[in-house]
Amino acid sequence: MDFILSALDYLLGIPFLGWGEQIGFVYKALALLVGLLIFTAFILLGDRKVWAAVQMRRGPNVVGPFGLLQSFADLIKFGVKEAVIPAGADKVLFLLAPLITATLALAGWAVVPVDNGWAMANINIGILYLLGISSLGVYGVIIGGWASNSKYPFFGALRAAAQMVSYEVSIGLVIITVLLCVGSLNLNDIVIAQSEMGLAHALGVPWLSFLNWFWLPLFPMFVVFYISALAETNRPPFDMVEGESELVAGFMTEYSSTPYLLFMLGEYIAILLMCAMTTILFLGGWAAPIDLPPFTWIPGVIWFFIKVTLVFFMFAMAKAIVPRYRYDQLMRIGWKLFLPLSLLMVVIVAFVLQLTGWGWHGGIA
Amino acid sequence: MRAGQLINKLLLTEFVTAFFLAMRYFFGAKPTINYPFEKGAVSPRFRGEHALRRYPNGEERCIACKLCEAICPAQAITIEAGPRQNDGTRRTVRYDIDMVKCIYCGFCQEACPVDAIVEGPNFEFATETREELYFSKEKLLANGDRWEREIAANLAADAPYR
Repeated sequence: MDFILSALDYLLGIPFLGWGEQIGFVYKALALLVGLLIFTAFILLGDRKVWAAVQMRRGPNVVGPFGLLQSFADLIKFGVKEAVIPAGADKVLFLLAPLITATLALAGWAVVPVDNGWAMANINIGILYLLGISSLGVYGVIIGGWASNSKYPFFGALRAAAQMVSYEVSIGLVIITVLLCVGSLNLNDIVIAQSEMGLAHALGVPWLSFLNWFWLPLFPMFVVFYISALAETNRPPFDMVEGESELVAGFMTEYSSTPYLLFMLGEYIAILLMCAMTTILFLGGWAAPIDLPPFTWIPGVIWFFIKVTLVFFMFAMAKAIVPRYRYDQLMRIGWKLFLPLSLLMVVIVAFVLQLTGWGWHGGIA
Repeated sequence: MRAGQLINKLLLTEFVTAFFLAMRYFFGAKPTINYPFEKGAVSPRFRGEHALRRYPNGEERCIACKLCEAICPAQAITIEAGPRQNDGTRRTVRYDIDMVKCIYCGFCQEACPVDAIVEGPNFEFATETREELYFSKEKLLANGDRWEREIAANLAADAPYR
């Protein structure tokens, strides 16, 4: 039997041997994708609701109770609309760009551990993979802006190229400070390190685990990461790439219908990915904030998504309260403030760890 | 001064204050009304959709004096007058208002000696085609029949002030 299966395996290139495992993997991937897409739909609504509430409006409240089904109505609307492709556009690239954005954003979630060991791929360089995937995200924007063959999308694409690359640098340095403390690139290890050492352990109250997490000892880096994540995902106040006051809708100007939907979806999933990264690096991932029974009864996945939602709430509030930055101000913050600050912090953290011998000494690395 | 500014910038003081201000608004009362389900108050002097009124016995008020046509600054009103078939009284043969031209100034109802043309309280008369906004005499009379109760109440409410 095994011989036949392995022969089929060899002939067709489909792994028939160990089929059960393969199917389990597919189910896990499907569960993650579906859960993520539904979560995104509600996050999209939440974004609009928060924005509306700060402006003393009600926001979408007609479709379903409290407007809960608004995103699904929008999905149907985008699905049945006519997709307009400009005559001068490069058709293949024009349709490829939203696909790239959406696929890359979803691909990033493959390594995110939503609970202890609950990652699609628990690879030992998870954080590098995430950094790489979120850097690649800029290609969707650039290709989309270029393929539209129109001036505003092109300007948007040019801005995206500079902006997303600039903030990549400070995000990279922030990640390095965390990695210095953990000593491992594995996302699972980063979260476990935060529960096994830290301020709460030093103070002798290990059950106050929210004091353990890296947001407290690395607070300046936490703030830098939050602001850089806003810029990296083109969220207001750094939405130069869309900049509707000067660029109509930036790289998305010529898009409509399903391609636009894919762009929008990719953007929000990338934002959630950044929120998840913040959660993993600084907010203790799936760990409960207080390590005592009523809190530990709630499963880790739920804690993880509660934290992601809270970080996203801060993203939405930044959109509501901060006016848009000018392009040169954006560049100045990125290169003349964040880069030296995070570089300095890398040096300080490295020195402190070297002199005191703090840091985590477990893990697989 | 400059050191203070620097500290404020580094500590993101403005962002934090803005955040708390925003949270006050976030939980504050919303002034928005749920428009299609709830409607705001409309003044008796509100100048909305036009209507041609009738006397209680069903006789139309308009006597085709053409004062409204003359005063209309947008020249949106077109009237043709003639003797009526059955009793020979002077009536309008044609009374058209081009609602696309109309600027809702209310001069027509001011000019009208018999309170025939009035602007009612209705403001929800959007149409799908432009042609539907060229109101004919029949449409205006139908509006009058439909809104008579509200129009009469509004005219009575505003009467002491004019």
